Amino acid sequence: MIEYLNIIFLETYKILFLLVPVLTAVAMIVWLDRRVWAFVQKRRGPNVVGPFGLFQSLADALKYLFKEIIIPASSNKIIFILAPVVTMTLALIAWAVIPFNENFVIADINVGILYIFAVSSLGVYGIIMGGWASNSKYPFLGAIRSAAQMVSYEVSIGVIIINVLLCVGSLNLTDIVLAQENLWFVIPLFPMFVIFFISALAETNRPPFDLPEAEAELVAGYQTEYSGMMYAMFWLGEYANILLMCALGSILFLGGWLSPIDAFPFNFIPDSLWLIFKMLFLFILFALVKAIVPRYRYDQLMKLGWKIFLPLSLIWVVITASYLFYFDLLPENKL
Amino acid sequence: MLAHSLFFYVFSFIAIFSAIMVTASKNTVHSVFFLILDFISISCLFIMIGAEFLGMIMLIVYVGAVAVLFLFVVMMLNVAQQKKQWFSSFGSSKHIPLGVLISVIIFFELIIVIGGWKYKPEVFSSITESQNIGESNTHSIGNVLYTDYIHLFQLSGMILLVAMIGAIVLTFRKRAGLKRQSYFSQISRERSDSIDLVDVPHNKGVDIDG
Repeated sequence: MIEYLNIIFLETYKILFLLVPVLTAVAMIVWLDRRVWAFVQKRRGPNVVGPFGLFQSLADALKYLFKEIIIPASSNKIIFILAPVVTMTLALIAWAVIPFNENFVIADINVGILYIFAVSSLGVYGIIMGGWASNSKYPFLGAIRSAAQMVSYEVSIGVIIINVLLCVGSLNLTDIVLAQENLWFVIPLFPMFVIFFISALAETNRPPFDLPEAEAELVAGYQTEYSGMMYAMFWLGEYANILLMCALGSILFLGGWLSPIDAFPFNFIPDSLWLIFKMLFLFILFALVKAIVPRYRYDQLMKLGWKIFLPLSLIWVVITASYLFYFDLLPENKL
Repeated sequence: MLAHSLFFYVFSFIAIFSAIMVTASKNTVHSVFFLILDFISISCLFIMIGAEFLGMIMLIVYVGAVAVLFLFVVMMLNVAQQKKQWFSSFGSSKHIPLGVLISVIIFFELIIVIGGWKYKPEVFSSITESQNIGESNTHSIGNVLYTDYIHLFQLSGMILLVAMIGAIVLTFRKRAGLKRQSYFSQISRERSDSIDLVDVPHNKGVDIDG
């Protein structure tokens, strides 16, 4: 019994050691997002609370915490309350398999990439549940849009992941990073990296694909009826998902925790910091795209997903597989 | 071991409970949510017996894609809430005999499968023997599927493809007066196609329609 308790305490400690930094990072990247957005538009952005406005997100979180939670009378109450909980839980449990360096990963399972893919495909339920349970027109339209959008872009993300897996020969995320020791996959698979980045924008409902919450047409989409802490939970889940997509992109294509050159000034920096730098780089790209690209029309979004990205990535799977097979580069059967 | 059996009972209880609630709940959307819960707990059971690949694929395919579309359709249909409970409408329903027949057939099929497992274990051991120790089950599924059963695998893929094309053909309709965007013609439009410089004669104007 004592052993069980020991294991439980140890695991809880490890999980907290991961989740508290992730949640703090989420608050920080919200600030970073707004700052980058502001700088592109020659504004200052939030710069009042704390040094450089760093505590703006904390202040916002406090504000949300003290606001009243309003539950619409005609809503389906259980599902209405469950929706933000589902969004946030799913955004956080995916972090269990992200390796920050060779030894620090909470669950080193051998289907890690499938686990992340499964969890991110479940993410759509938070949005659908919220949109349907609100029992109101704008949230419902937003939910329906997001269901179709996220399902479509998952397909192309799945095919892109197959490209990487062909080069690695394992579904374990640590193996995927270790396979890039000599060459980051962004170099041979560059077109796939671009498509992955754009699909990740669509998968996380970021601009220019933020149609589920398009404020010009749908007020705030599926979040319209939410207030106070429940709205904040949607928001946290959304940004945790964005951060997760950045982590996934850097693990699949940018060599995870590996330093670009294995020489003195670079390999002196700790491994986990490299992963964080790469995630930050990808996130700044996310923020820049938000600032400079106008929103897509819905039919254009669907056309891009099904008629351009899916065939392109399928063709690239054939090219990668033939290349590896012809030059006898197929990876060994690793466990 | 204790924790293992505890988790097993928790997941199987949730699976059976939600399977019953799929048919028993009055709201159709709730039924779909219970179906999703059922899928998730069954994939947890798959992971517990060490079939982690199957469990994840179950989550991705059924929960991530099929059930989303299911939910989508059920929400769009706007089915009115059922007033009666399923067991109270027992007398008036005409579907009960058919349902009983189908469940009896499924029940006997399960008996045959599980009976064969129990009384002829050598048949099953010869099927499952192909897994090498020291190989993850993703690799062994791939090895079996793409070597021994490649034709069946391809055939099932073809059947799905035909079904997909059939569904598209059945629901496809051409509506008149619908304007579609053609990227190619939009981008390849030249200045000379759309702009015409004319010298306008004094006091006469230009014939626009010409």
